[in-house]
Amino acid sequence: MAPPSPPAPLPPAGRARSQRRVPWRRRRSSPSRPALRARRLRAPHGRDCIPRRAPRPAALRPSMRRARRGAARGGCPRMPPRQREPRRGPGAPPRPAPPAATRPAALALVTLLSFASRFHRLREPPHVCWDETHFGKMGSYYINRTFFFDVHPPLGKMLIGLAGYLSGYDGTFPFQKPGDRYEQHNYVGMRGFCAFLGSCLVPFAYLTVLELSKSLPAALLTAFILIFDTGCITLSQYILLDPILMFFLMGAVLSMVKCNSCADRPFSASWWFWLSLTGVSLAGAMGVKFVGLFVVLLVGLNTIYDLWDLLGNLSLSLVMFGKHLLARVLCLIFLPLALYTAMFAVHFAVLNRSGPGDGFFSSAFQSQLIGNNLHNVSVPEHLAYGSVVTMKNLRMAGGYLHSHWHLYPEGVGARQQQVTAYLHKDLNNLWIIKKHDSDTDLSDPSSPVEFVRHGDIIRLEHKETSRNLHSHQHEAPLTRKHFQVTGYGINGTGDSNDFWRIEVVGRRTGQLIKVLRSQVRLTHVATGCVLGSSGKTLPKWGWEQVEVTCTPYLKETPNSLWNFEDHINPKLPNISLDVLKPSFAEILLESHMVMIRGNSGLKPKDNEVTSKPWHWPINYQGLRFSGVNETDYRVYLLGNPVIWWLNLVTIGLYLLITVATAVALKRGVQLTSELKELSRVVLHAGGQITLGWLLHYLPFFMMGRVLYFHHYFPAMLFSSMLTGITWDALLKFCAGFLSPSTTARKVYGGGFLALVLLILYSFYLFHPLSYGMIGPMASHPSSPMAGLRWMDSWEF
Amino acid sequence: ELKRGTGRGGGAASDRMLGFLKEPVVVTAKINVSLVALTVMGLMSRLWRLCYPRAVVFDEVYYGQFVSLYMKRIFFVDDSGPPFGHMLLALGGYLGGFDGNFLWNRIGAEYSINVPVWTLRLLPALAGALCVPLAYQILAELHFSHCAALGAALLILLENSLITQSRFMLLESILIFFILLAVLSYLKFYNLQKHSSFSGSWWFWLLLTGVACSCAVGVKYMGLFTYMLLLATAGLHFWHMIGDQNLSNVSLLCHFLARALALIIIPMGLYLSFFYVHLALLYRSGPHDQIMTSAFQASLEGGLARITQGQPLEVAYGSQITLRNVLGKPMQCWLHSHTNTYPIRYENGRGSSHQQQVTCYPFKDVNNWWIVKDPGMQQLVVSNPPRPVRHGHIVQLVHGITTRYLNTHDVAAPLSPHSQEVSCYIDYNISMPAQNLWRVEIVNRESDTDVWKTILSEVRFVHVNTSAVLKLSGASLPEWGYRQLEVVGEKLSKGYHQSMLWNVEEHRYGKSQEQKEREVELHSPTQMDISKNLSFMAKFTELQWKILTLKNEDTEHKYSSSALDWITMDTNIAYWLHPTSGAQIHLLGNVATWASANAAALLYLCLSLWYLLRRRRRIYDIPEDAWQLWMAAGGICGGGWAVNYLPFFLMEKTLFLYHYLPAVTFQILLIPVVLQHLSDHLCRELWAG
Repeated sequence: MAPPSPPAPLPPAGRARSQRRVPWRRRRSSPSRPALRARRLRAPHGRDCIPRRAPRPAALRPSMRRARRGAARGGCPRMPPRQREPRRGPGAPPRPAPPAATRPAALALVTLLSFASRFHRLREPPHVCWDETHFGKMGSYYINRTFFFDVHPPLGKMLIGLAGYLSGYDGTFPFQKPGDRYEQHNYVGMRGFCAFLGSCLVPFAYLTVLELSKSLPAALLTAFILIFDTGCITLSQYILLDPILMFFLMGAVLSMVKCNSCADRPFSASWWFWLSLTGVSLAGAMGVKFVGLFVVLLVGLNTIYDLWDLLGNLSLSLVMFGKHLLARVLCLIFLPLALYTAMFAVHFAVLNRSGPGDGFFSSAFQSQLIGNNLHNVSVPEHLAYGSVVTMKNLRMAGGYLHSHWHLYPEGVGARQQQVTAYLHKDLNNLWIIKKHDSDTDLSDPSSPVEFVRHGDIIRLEHKETSRNLHSHQHEAPLTRKHFQVTGYGINGTGDSNDFWRIEVVGRRTGQLIKVLRSQVRLTHVATGCVLGSSGKTLPKWGWEQVEVTCTPYLKETPNSLWNFEDHINPKLPNISLDVLKPSFAEILLESHMVMIRGNSGLKPKDNEVTSKPWHWPINYQGLRFSGVNETDYRVYLLGNPVIWWLNLVTIGLYLLITVATAVALKRGVQLTSELKELSRVVLHAGGQITLGWLLHYLPFFMMGRVLYFHHYFPAMLFSSMLTGITWDALLKFCAGFLSPSTTARKVYGGGFLALVLLILYSFYLFHPLSYGMIGPMASHPSSPMAGLRWMDSWEF
Repeated sequence: ELKRGTGRGGGAASDRMLGFLKEPVVVTAKINVSLVALTVMGLMSRLWRLCYPRAVVFDEVYYGQFVSLYMKRIFFVDDSGPPFGHMLLALGGYLGGFDGNFLWNRIGAEYSINVPVWTLRLLPALAGALCVPLAYQILAELHFSHCAALGAALLILLENSLITQSRFMLLESILIFFILLAVLSYLKFYNLQKHSSFSGSWWFWLLLTGVACSCAVGVKYMGLFTYMLLLATAGLHFWHMIGDQNLSNVSLLCHFLARALALIIIPMGLYLSFFYVHLALLYRSGPHDQIMTSAFQASLEGGLARITQGQPLEVAYGSQITLRNVLGKPMQCWLHSHTNTYPIRYENGRGSSHQQQVTCYPFKDVNNWWIVKDPGMQQLVVSNPPRPVRHGHIVQLVHGITTRYLNTHDVAAPLSPHSQEVSCYIDYNISMPAQNLWRVEIVNRESDTDVWKTILSEVRFVHVNTSAVLKLSGASLPEWGYRQLEVVGEKLSKGYHQSMLWNVEEHRYGKSQEQKEREVELHSPTQMDISKNLSFMAKFTELQWKILTLKNEDTEHKYSSSALDWITMDTNIAYWLHPTSGAQIHLLGNVATWASANAAALLYLCLSLWYLLRRRRRIYDIPEDAWQLWMAAGGICGGGWAVNYLPFFLMEKTLFLYHYLPAVTFQILLIPVVLQHLSDHLCRELWAG
């Protein structure tokens, strides 16, 4: 694996356009709505809006009367008067829904801003940035239909490839290393696709917050935070998996929230629509990166909670409950699974040519790939003495038996030559089969061909180093219960510990051994142990190849079985072989095993500076996307510090508010209806979002693999939504203490405006991080970033 | 003591001073005989033939070395856990008058005559024995019948894995004892809560909960799981209290503060005190010194302290220093150079500058000495008064023996081609100029004008021409570099990493301008006079951090197992084998107990789920109080099992069967719970129906 490849977890959002307008419009016209709003609007102070259908209170307080006048002026109880420019400052604390025109306008505005900020200077820099070298390359592989291996599932890269294909990129650019210029190659299509998905995050988050909090200012605040966060902009502008992942992730969250809002009309068309859309988005998120699992978990928990609620509803018969259950199983389990499988089917159908990823897979799989040496293979069928062979371990993602000139280091068993399993095709994988008792030169064309038979005792000589495969009663390097396997002897002369009995599974003595088809076991004659691959990665001295041991436990597992893959023997005729064709299920399972092994293999190296999860929320350190020196065009992935620190503070604030609210409710404090609504938003909506944040953040603390800053961005989306909700609730609450509604409105509007201005100003300060800087570094006074390097750990 | 039942004296009569003259003094004591019997049986099973075998058994070889070090007061670091458990074992040695002279090198080695085997094994055995009455009490406090409690105690008594583990100098039985004690105290406290809040016994049990929790954590970090469980339980119970409208806000606050004090503050204080005692006991330098920073080492008696005692504090121009890499991984080492040069071509064909090698060398050597030089002046001695080097100053570093300047340039380093080679500059006259200016950046400075201090300051050397940072790459050079560690200039320094930090360890003010004299000076030991003492908190923080981050190599042990093997008991550990007679000791669970415990856990889970779903539909299968009982017992016993078991699936360290013992103890307690529930509710219905 190429070392700089960062793995990334990210979440994205779902289906964009269709849902943008429909949902709340429909909601407003739904019958249950007025009643609900009525409850919300009946407040002791501020403007009140009393719906016509609601029973009129016996006596109206003056403030209510004032409000009623307002309502009358507004013309409709559901749409109270317009107090001020809706985009800027929302009105008084008990703010009712804004006029009909406001919401689409606001949505249009945030969408526009979002697209503008993401597509601005999209072509810059015209060279490969950071991980574009991986994902762009993989997109090219799809266009060239070359088989490759990656630790992430295929959907993201397939979409990148598709975007490139549709925009006229021909797949010829090699994407060798960051900094390579694109020249005439068309890369904008792929970047544009990612930027498009990245832009959709903002409206998705906007709609989610709107749905959860029913508060336009909260939604706007969230949208502004995401629009003007330099980190989100940077991450959306390049050919990366993260915008795609986050698109599906946010899509899943939005659909889930929408679906929850439809709970009063189960099995309606919109309910089905949102439910299945949730399933589709989940499949998408899982299909881009495995961290999509976290959003699956979020949706799963939400569904369990939902079902638990339904179960407690005694007016619902068990049959109805069963229907609910089935619908969810269908849409949230079977549908995503089917889609997920389908994308692998497409993946394997598209990639039908041999490429760099072959060696990670079994011989049977490789025979499917055009151009692979096993495709329509013709080799000598039966193994003979003197043949040169490669042996592949039969465990999932097992390697080739390998050796090289390096010795086991001091203190690790005997100081003899290493024998490992290696996943790539290599000359050092070649072994010669020799008789154990004679060392005659079998390559002599005149000598007769003698086949190897089941039960024979053989010697395997490593072709490059002429050492024999050897084992003895020393502990294996990692699996201490097993014996060490080494290369021993000089020019093929060793000792009796070099003798192995070759056996084919399920055969009797004397039968011949077939290349590729026979599953072979090598038993060490002297100790009785069996040659196997433990699957553990050796440390640096073993070049991070896989450990090979001799196991004294005779359990029959694929770990201790091998097959012969290449077979070179000029004295034998080549015969075309149809290798057993693996079924799709086998291929699917195998590719997952390979991906999981690849992922867990991405361990940080000693003395390497790695990003730690606790760095992320405090925006401790970013990632260099492009450029190092003063003359370079530099792009630096770093969150807008003002926004990130606001998010961080808000999380603490939210916890305080939640505890206070929960305790107050538990103590039975009598709340006004307005405060009740506020507490519902804080506890319920905020709780859901916080759960999302936790699920997308905490698991990283337990991951052993290499982590990068950009892994935090899905969690950052949730954190931003929480900020919108919390500050809106907090401002409403503060404003609620000020009785004259005008003061309250001023406080509320002022607070909101201050936050937005703060965000805008910080964006103005930090925008060069995303849109590129040339010239002196920040330490120089003439730099655009002069004085902005607030933390020593930032590198610009 | 605790488990002796309730002893009630006739002391009620003693309120009048001379009461005994009027009425006879009557002492009535209620003693739960079965409890006493259980305790005695527990003691017998754990203490019988405690000295056999008189040889090192399994992990005694590991803990024994620490006991010896305690006896000799030599400092050590053990990454397996906090020091309280080790100290308890050492207490056993202290009671037996152990002098620490035994070589703990091999399992099965015979103990010499000076090793007090009985006292060393006594404390774990006592702890293991007391678990039996604790189990009885826990079930009784959960309001289960005497019969169920008796059953639980018997099961614990007869669990051979617990017996085996208790009989040797190992920590698990002590851990289990404290865990059970914490659970029992909490239950006692909770049961007192309803009637007598803030009474003496209420306080006693509450405080004991906190103390037992911190002891459990202090023995092994595994204790944290149970501590968390109890904290969560206490939180839940308090949450119910919040909903109780009869309690005033003030009394609620008092309750909260009492719990916070007993369950959080006192455990933290105790935990700190374990380290305090640990550090107070171990004041001599020893084999693990090198893991710690120079400052820490200097605070220990002997070792580095002897060398650094009385060194000048402030590094000045002309100072002779040795520079130690702060990271200490893969091993501690000092910046080093020697007359050999980099090979012109490496094995892989890349070229080098062919200048003098600069490495990091893990041993003290005269070639580790460097002289801090002011680029603007020629002299290599400290002027009078000394001119201290401050943060941000530019210096040159001159290698003491060869008088060459530390240099880096745009040449790939031998093993890390992405970084720059660091060398001592030799002028070959090939238009490759010297680039030997370094900026001193004190990372742990308090202000920007801080002086570079011996031992205390952690310093980065930033190359002035290329902004590269002097770094230990961790790779070990091939033969031509004598397998010393590679030092590179890191160009793209990503933030701070300890491998880029260096601190001055040995230091003296240079006096000799002449090279010959200087060599003599460099070879002579340092001698001067200031001593530095770290505060306890600084020492604690460092030691705690090392314990948590120190990783032994991930090697598989012959008897290691995976968490899944434990439930099915697919694994065992051979603890000891007599070399001639073939007598053996194995850690292996009681098959019947483990199987029934598994069955009980499964049954509990299924039944709970069934009840829960049915209750949701307002169908109440069992009376409300029975349900409460069922949930409470499950929360403690089942929850205890889950928190002590499930986290192991996420751990990457080497696991052994004995890690499962705390969990299995809780799981065993679940057996009588489920059995009594079955007989009380389900079977009765069946018989009735």
